[in-house]
Amino acid sequence: MKYIDEYRGERIVQSLAARIAQRTTRPWKLMEICGGQTHTIMKYGLDELIPDGIQLVHGPGCPVCVTPIEVVDKAIAIASRPDVIFASYGDMLRVPGSRSDLFRVKAAGGDVRIVYSPMDAVTLARALPQRQVVFLGIGFETTAPPNAMAVWEARREGLTNFSMLVSHVLVPPAIRLLLGSTDNQVDGFIAPGHVCAVMGYWQYESLCREFHVPIVVGGFEPADLLEAVDMLVAQLEEGRAVVENQYARSVRHEGNVPAQRIVEQVLEVCDRKWRGIGLIPRSGLRLREEFAAFDAERIFGVGQMTAEEPAECISAEVLLGLKRPTDCPVFGAACTPQNPLGAPMVSAEGACAAYHRYKRHATQTAEVAG
Amino acid sequence: MKDESRFIAEMVCPAPLPAGDQVLLGHGSGGKLSADLIRDVFLAVFHNPILARMEDQAILKIEGLRLAFTTDTFVVKPLFFPGGDIGSLAVHGTVNDLAMGGARPLFLSAAFIIEEGLPMETLRRVVASLQLAAAQAGVQVVTGDTKVVEKGSGDGLFINTSGIGVVAEGIQLSTDRVRPGDRILLSGSIGDHGIAILAKREGIEFETPLQSDSAALHTLVASMLAASREIRCLRDPTRGGLSSTLNEFATQANAGIEIDERAIPVREEVKGACEMLGLDPLYVANEGKLVAIVAPEDADRVLEAMQRHPLGTRARIIGSVTSQHPRLVTMRTTVGPMRIVDMLAGDQLPRIC
Repeated sequence: MKYIDEYRGERIVQSLAARIAQRTTRPWKLMEICGGQTHTIMKYGLDELIPDGIQLVHGPGCPVCVTPIEVVDKAIAIASRPDVIFASYGDMLRVPGSRSDLFRVKAAGGDVRIVYSPMDAVTLARALPQRQVVFLGIGFETTAPPNAMAVWEARREGLTNFSMLVSHVLVPPAIRLLLGSTDNQVDGFIAPGHVCAVMGYWQYESLCREFHVPIVVGGFEPADLLEAVDMLVAQLEEGRAVVENQYARSVRHEGNVPAQRIVEQVLEVCDRKWRGIGLIPRSGLRLREEFAAFDAERIFGVGQMTAEEPAECISAEVLLGLKRPTDCPVFGAACTPQNPLGAPMVSAEGACAAYHRYKRHATQTAEVAG
Repeated sequence: MKDESRFIAEMVCPAPLPAGDQVLLGHGSGGKLSADLIRDVFLAVFHNPILARMEDQAILKIEGLRLAFTTDTFVVKPLFFPGGDIGSLAVHGTVNDLAMGGARPLFLSAAFIIEEGLPMETLRRVVASLQLAAAQAGVQVVTGDTKVVEKGSGDGLFINTSGIGVVAEGIQLSTDRVRPGDRILLSGSIGDHGIAILAKREGIEFETPLQSDSAALHTLVASMLAASREIRCLRDPTRGGLSSTLNEFATQANAGIEIDERAIPVREEVKGACEMLGLDPLYVANEGKLVAIVAPEDADRVLEAMQRHPLGTRARIIGSVTSQHPRLVTMRTTVGPMRIVDMLAGDQLPRIC
């Protein structure tokens, strides 16, 4: 594939790995924020190519993993109604709420549909005016513009049967929480390239200055990630701490301004609970008051629903990079992708699922050796 | 800041769901949920030594003859897709299940579950296509059944076909015969069927239209068996894709499997669609491909036989069987390191971003 294969070649990847090895004099702990990046690292085995001293820890950037349990409960309550078509990205369907998940709602007769874009849900609403069409609008800054656009378009067309259950989260407040924690051991961050393609990377500059930590905006292909690691190691070895942009083919400093504008017009910043982490101030987006007519929480009266997350696994520490999935006593035993105990095991982008899918042999070998 | 760190230490995470209280779509995916369903619900009740082989077909010894017997149900949506339709698929699927046991397919049954309101023209087209595919495969439809269900109780049309065939003397295909060092052969590019269906369903268009690979593989199998009797076992990687088939082999043979990602043919259109939809071709369905495990000394000979056949021109040796990591499939990635090729729990789900 043009423009993709170039970043997956063995020669370029191996030469970047060699450059990192040459540069590294001390151990460094680096965090990739985005679940898509975690997925690439595991899928290609990139962690095996870099020097032992460099530890890649996985950040909270799996939107499916961090969507709070009560949002899943609300989704289930709405999707169970006979008058509703509930549309969602596919990987939200397996995420457990307090007692059920959307696949089970579908099995029990709920009209739950996988769509590839919120505009598909708008199309459904247009085609089926007698049904209420609800889209589950989750994700980071990357999915906010299309979700905002769908609501905008629904209003423009005067649709009265389209609404969105919105639970957006924002990356910079989560990094701030991590850096502010006394437990923090992360020396440098790979910022999520697709989030930055929308938002730009100016927001990360104050984090660099305040916490003296290097941040490199990274892409999602093997060569992107190793180049981002190389740039971080170079900064760390030289004692620098600035924002650099590895993913320059997609990301500009100011980001995608029209996309930001539509988000601003439809959504506003709010406090948000993150699954496994808890409430992070000003870390989310919700619909603005003037779009209340498209707010599924209000339309279906589920705004007050709350849920407690029982302490069963170490997903919080995994999401914050304090522990590796394999440090968890139930990893691969009681907790598997079929029966996830924690959110990071549910989504393909979750760190636990990525480990389970691609790296279980390493832990098995270790067990045999031990 | 101090408060925040205490807050992190107290963080909690979600609880498990009670599993297995109802049938989910994922139970039909060909992945782990399907395997669990078969083991827990069906094998637990229907246990007998023939079924316990867990092959795609039963091999029955009747009065000196070895008969292969199999059944398959087809629920594809849309009914017509580039490269085939539910009628031709219903022939190819069952013929291939027989062929994977080394059998010469002979006779089929065809049962139709029809939803009220299905246009008669649609049904006629499907039946004509089924007959054409059967004739091309050299099998006869010799018995059948029809049922009509109320509107809303079916999805247009479901077809079940069963088939019988004869296994020639000396042919013994079974995962029991797999040994470390054996080679893994794949007959061609993966993911064509699944992506052709998905593209049609989702309205994705390609510059060159992608066709399903739906085809009857028994003549390919016959030419492979003519080249070597050291073919250990065969399987067609349908639902669940190549990964599910390799994992089934590894589990049933209690052996490890190692493959090389670079050796696996994937069409550019399939790669592109998978990239766009967040899917992995290793898990996408095929309807005209087979995987063979072959003794190392005969691997090249079988490969040549495959490549000479029109349905195997892109055949490759993609890996080998190892005594390391029994029951696990690993793959050398395009950039060098090894990783696991797992069986998915349920259906592959498009990722959010």
